[in-house]
Amino acid sequence: MLICISSQGPDLDSQVDPRFGRAAQFIIVDTETGEAKAVDNNQNLQAAQGAGIQAGMTVANTGAKALLTGHCGPKAYVTLNKAGIEVYTGCNGTVAQAIEDFKAGKLQKAAGADVEGHW
Amino acid sequence: MHIAIASGKGGTGKTTVAVALARVMGSCVLVDCDVEAPNAHLFLNPDVQNTQDAYVMIPEVDDGKCTGCGECSRVCQFNALAVLGKSVLVFNELCHGCGGCVLACEPKAITEGGRLIGTMQWGKAGNLDFYDAKLRIGEPMSPPLIKALKRQAECLEAKNTILDCPPGTTCPMVEAVGGADYCILVTEPTPFGLHDLNMAYQAVQQMDIPAGVILNRAGMGDDCIQEYCKANGIPILLEIPHSREIAEGYAAGKDILSSMPSLEDGFKKVINTISEGLNNG
Repeated sequence: MLICISSQGPDLDSQVDPRFGRAAQFIIVDTETGEAKAVDNNQNLQAAQGAGIQAGMTVANTGAKALLTGHCGPKAYVTLNKAGIEVYTGCNGTVAQAIEDFKAGKLQKAAGADVEGHW
Repeated sequence: MHIAIASGKGGTGKTTVAVALARVMGSCVLVDCDVEAPNAHLFLNPDVQNTQDAYVMIPEVDDGKCTGCGECSRVCQFNALAVLGKSVLVFNELCHGCGGCVLACEPKAITEGGRLIGTMQWGKAGNLDFYDAKLRIGEPMSPPLIKALKRQAECLEAKNTILDCPPGTTCPMVEAVGGADYCILVTEPTPFGLHDLNMAYQAVQQMDIPAGVILNRAGMGDDCIQEYCKANGIPILLEIPHSREIAEGYAAGKDILSSMPSLEDGFKKVINTISEGLNNG
């Protein structure tokens, strides 16, 4: 299963980026093989609006089935939900930590956005 | 001629000036472009003769025709469209109605729909033709409504139009002032008045529209506005005194000419100065 974690840097030791739409990067991890790769989110960092929507499309295009992040805005949530991607908010620490928490079932699936847009 | 009344800082007296100029002009069109907070009607008490809703174009997607190519999302500069598989999510509130997605859609799955953004109304106030509009509550984008209002007022093909513009220098102000023959910048002799006048003047210069200043509350504060105008070659068309009489009249909904009839000549001179300037320029 592919999962995606918003990240401040390019590897598993990077800190989770608490933002989703304007996250610095996304780490795509195969939970079965442990294989990981980074996808940059440069185009959305400076977006005047709709960063979460575009980031949602980016994640959908990776084939990820779950997103782990700090916070998720309303439009991002709608986009991810439409793409069939489960959203888990409240992650912090390193990317590796978030993955371990996810595997251990410690993360609770978000029922909706937990911040306003433009957070 | 089309005269826009603008200011960098809110609360300088744009509506006061707009209503006074419209009154001394006699037969003209007054358009209240401050659609987020229209208030010229409070002084004019117009007889409203027409009301019309205004819409902005939004994309409507036929999922049956959509191939999921994603071209509409790529072309959208406002990130309003998300293509996921063979379906499209449209975030209407982000759409600016540019129509790019309709053009980009090869299978013609996207057509133009409409979203209500506000209501326009117009009628008579004595000799004046009066137009204003109210932005729908919760609507973040006012420029499309301002544009629709101006277009509606242009139907009269009037010789003279006065546009009471929104404060500031952002998109609503640019939309309202754009196309004017002359822009009157209303300000007051305070540090904020000066700072924001400078911003507004730069904006108007960028639009290549000649400008003059009307100084409200003259006598309060210092000479910073006079010095700024002198340094930049901006004519001061009129100084409105800092007066309790005017303030009391304003609070009672009286226009400034009723509160201080002696200003009528000054406002007439403003019109003549602008008219002569435009004819000679």
